[in-house]
Amino acid sequence: MRLLLAGVAAFAGLAALGWVAPRWLTYLVTMSAGHGLVSLGIVALMRGGVVPFGQGMVFAIGGYSAALLFNKAGFTDVFGLTLVGGVMATLIAAPFAPLLARYRGIFFAMLTLALSMVTYGLGMKIELLGGSDGFNVGRASVLGWRPPDAQVGYVLYLVTTGVATVMALLARVYFDSTRGLVTLAARDNELRVEYLGGSVRQAMTINFLLAAFCGGVGGALVVLSLGHIEPQFSYWTTSGEFVFVAILAGWQSVAAVFVASTVLEVVRSFSSAYFPNTWQLALGLFLLFVIRFLPRGIGSLWWKR
Amino acid sequence: MTILVDGLAYASWLFIVALGLTLVFGVLKILNIAHGSFYALGAYAAASFVGWGAALKWAPAFSLVAMLLAAVAVAAIVAPLTERGLLRFFYGRDEVLLVLVTYALFLILEDVTKLVWGTNPYFVSEPYGLFGSVNLGVQTYVGYDFALMFMALVVGAAVWWGLNRTRQGKIVLAVIHSAEIASSMGVNVSRVYMLAFTIGIFLAGLGGAFTSPMISVVPGVSVGVIIVSFAVVIIGGLGSIEGAAVGAIIVGLARSLAVHLAPVAELFSIYIVMAIVLMFRPEGLFQRVQARKI
Repeated sequence: MRLLLAGVAAFAGLAALGWVAPRWLTYLVTMSAGHGLVSLGIVALMRGGVVPFGQGMVFAIGGYSAALLFNKAGFTDVFGLTLVGGVMATLIAAPFAPLLARYRGIFFAMLTLALSMVTYGLGMKIELLGGSDGFNVGRASVLGWRPPDAQVGYVLYLVTTGVATVMALLARVYFDSTRGLVTLAARDNELRVEYLGGSVRQAMTINFLLAAFCGGVGGALVVLSLGHIEPQFSYWTTSGEFVFVAILAGWQSVAAVFVASTVLEVVRSFSSAYFPNTWQLALGLFLLFVIRFLPRGIGSLWWKR
Repeated sequence: MTILVDGLAYASWLFIVALGLTLVFGVLKILNIAHGSFYALGAYAAASFVGWGAALKWAPAFSLVAMLLAAVAVAAIVAPLTERGLLRFFYGRDEVLLVLVTYALFLILEDVTKLVWGTNPYFVSEPYGLFGSVNLGVQTYVGYDFALMFMALVVGAAVWWGLNRTRQGKIVLAVIHSAEIASSMGVNVSRVYMLAFTIGIFLAGLGGAFTSPMISVVPGVSVGVIIVSFAVVIIGGLGSIEGAAVGAIIVGLARSLAVHLAPVAELFSIYIVMAIVLMFRPEGLFQRVQARKI
């Protein structure tokens, strides 16, 4: 109940903020929430001790699914497209999940990276997906209503932050559930979990699928706000940014993921506006600073458990 | 035949770069994303050095020396700075976190390269024609490709000999096996770390310098190299010289086969091979299976 109230309060606060905030800020938060969902999936896996370096794959699959459905089938509802993005990413990730659940550490990271780079290659080569330039997506509708030009940014902001809030709440419930705690125990000692009757592989498989769903939903939401998709969504540098946000957030707090995602967007926007030639340098220094001085992420600032 | 020559030429420089990556991983336990940036630094430095050589009216053959000097300069200046100034603060941390540290370093070096050399492409065409051409059957091939293959053999043999037949190499092997025990036996581990890292960076720079005549040196060359050399060491097994060689040949041939027979598949042929190898040999081809620690 407390969780639900916190969620409602957070969403109400965000909605009010979006109403008064300038357009660039609502756009920035929309992007942060969409990207944050992908990193939320990474955090779900990180709690079990593995870090995927190819979450760009599910991000791109979610984005492409929503965009194709929009352009080819004329289905424009934002909620439906978001759901389809999440489901498609989960379905495509499903055959790989049991396999990936056997891997740990660097090998898990590299195998997911390979998968995302194959997706990138496919995105570049398949004509239906628009090749290296990608393609544009029109304006989504909300439950049959087509928002006017002046309001569309705010509406997509509300939808994205709303979906992100719901997913964040669900993530918290999952993290505190039995399986969520098994995942956490596997991080400490897998053998112990197995001897106590838990199945680490099953937990890892399910975490991977949940992460894929989160990534797909994030991809669909970002594409609908951005109005464009391209293979770069699946490139390893994009995946690297998602991992960056997850590390910046730490694995304890769910809210921290979205804070971290916003921090990254802010740092990126401001450094690319004020130091257009050295924004990667600024980002790199910032990342080093975080790893050095906040090794458990910004979530550890308020999460003492 | 063309596929084979192309594949082996690609494998040659890739082997040199991947050897550096695998050495750094073996000793420091860091999978270095910034390795591709050192490759790029090598290529840029080579472009500058060869340019200066031409301005000083050196004989064209000296451009090879200039490229070698470029790699040495990159290793001598950047490697100690990176290892002492940055990496040593993160030793002993989680492997994946270290990957992220090097990711940050990669981002930084990307911009530093642009600040120093600008965004315009550089062309180092001079050395490419030095070795003439080679006739094999009906086809003619560029001699430089064969020179590169020869160099890869020499570099591979030198590193193998250095590690297995010299006192310093044995010390490095001891540190790879267990840094703690080596340290208690009186080995100066941080010196070994720096040595291995410098050699690793030198190899990345060397790969970059000697491929610069074959490519246009532009911002972003590092990005592709990193992932391909990752694929090589993952296929071969992290920390194994033989693995890097076999991995480079597999990747080189897979790419060349794809380029000649199925151009559509060029971009992901390498990753498919990597994924297949990982599925059947999770530790890579040349890595012994390790016991799980409880």
